[in-house]
Amino acid sequence: MLIKQAQDLTEADVTPPELYRERRRFIQAGLAAGTAWAWPWLAQGAIKLGEIAPGPFSSDEEKTPYKDVTSYNNFYEFGTGKADPAIRSASLITDPWSVEVSGECDRPGSLGLEDILKAHPLQERIYRLRCVEGWSMVIPWVGFPLADFIQRFQPNSRAKYVEFETLYDKAQMPGQRRRVLNWPYREGLRMDEAMHPLTLLAVGLYGEPLPNQNGAPIRLVVPWKYGFKSIKSIVKVRFRETQPVSSWQQAAPSEYGFYSNVNPNVDHPRWSQRRERRIGEFGKRKTLMFNGYAEQVASLYSGMDLKKNF
Amino acid sequence: MPIALTKSLIFSLGLLPAALLAWQFYRDELGANPIEAITHGSGEWTLRWLLVTLAMTPLKRWSGWSWPVRVRRMLGLFAFFYACLHLMTYLWLDQFFDWPEIWLDILDRPFITVGMLAFVLLLPLALTSNRYSIKKLGRNWKRLHRLAYVIPLLGVLHFVWLVKADLREPAIYALVLAALLAVRLPASRRKEKAKVSRQTAG
Repeated sequence: MLIKQAQDLTEADVTPPELYRERRRFIQAGLAAGTAWAWPWLAQGAIKLGEIAPGPFSSDEEKTPYKDVTSYNNFYEFGTGKADPAIRSASLITDPWSVEVSGECDRPGSLGLEDILKAHPLQERIYRLRCVEGWSMVIPWVGFPLADFIQRFQPNSRAKYVEFETLYDKAQMPGQRRRVLNWPYREGLRMDEAMHPLTLLAVGLYGEPLPNQNGAPIRLVVPWKYGFKSIKSIVKVRFRETQPVSSWQQAAPSEYGFYSNVNPNVDHPRWSQRRERRIGEFGKRKTLMFNGYAEQVASLYSGMDLKKNF
Repeated sequence: MPIALTKSLIFSLGLLPAALLAWQFYRDELGANPIEAITHGSGEWTLRWLLVTLAMTPLKRWSGWSWPVRVRRMLGLFAFFYACLHLMTYLWLDQFFDWPEIWLDILDRPFITVGMLAFVLLLPLALTSNRYSIKKLGRNWKRLHRLAYVIPLLGVLHFVWLVKADLREPAIYALVLAALLAVRLPASRRKEKAKVSRQTAG
């Protein structure tokens, strides 16, 4: 396990120093015991994050504590309970890792994680995350724009959509032994959504490599859509002419649409989407259109009936 | 064991889950979303006590013990107690007493509709669980309290309609409920009566 040197860190610029120090102590304590791997919430990939520069679009809201971000997760590949991923994801092997890119593009191929990391300078983006279940967090992601990644493969004119796939390996992902969803987990974006500057491929959070339970080693972050669109532990990217069908769409087409934009005016059939509970807060706050990113993304959907295209 | 002791033991057991939830809440051990944990915890315990209550009559029949029937009312009232906690959590911590919103929720969302219906049906059972009502209502008391079979059905349905994809947990409750209802079917009771009469004849 590689732990990076303090001089590599730039997140101190944006993280309150006491929190930062507490986290360092936490990790150092684990290392001192020589058994950091035994605590799954410390489970981290062997990748090393280099320089991290502050990125655009960051929220200045109070960040959700690291402990909550890494212990309250929906990652059904490791079980359907919120605590399951943190407890059961140590079996996920993130090194070596490669992402296979195929479909409607001129330069398809497979890329190792190291090569991906080498090619893209890392940024920190503090984004709101709104789960379809009615809770939300504010998370300092580390990553790079998906658009930069996509451009390397030169998608052709037939590439109207991008489809993503999570690793499918029952030995590493024990939750896949039960057919709760149609594995492997799939998600998709329209090309313009994928190329939008807000859309991120994340490899870390809080300045550290992604813990397994948060979708290590590489995941999507689409902050204006419900959390399940931000697919975790990606192994495949495919450019397509036709609209892909996501796993949740397949499971319950009347409840989860392809777009799944955060929208307080369109309720999930089983719960209202007008409000949300920010993790760590007692009361509820009003849910914002496009999760508060309307200024950036509303134009993508102009003229569309968002009640129909939920 | 004297019945008074049995009763106080079961009374303490009944309070235990609520005490544990309160303790964990106080110690901040309910995870990142404690209100969700309380909602789910109180709901599941409502269902568990409803099923335990339903298990008392068969338990008495099979074991010959009399205490299961004598603690049945207390168990049923514990189900009601956890149902109240569950409902309060929803009304207060989830909706903050926003009545128009709550009303819409009841109308629009089937799992809330059946959950609320289950509570409304449980209410008269709790209110008439005293000797005075039994005497006063006579034969109708028994009829009214047959709702004890309907309420857990609604409770299980409430759970089934709530989960997103993983039906394992509600399915377990459904199976236990099905078993508890099945042993009450006339066929199964007749068989048992026949066995009993054979035994006494022999």
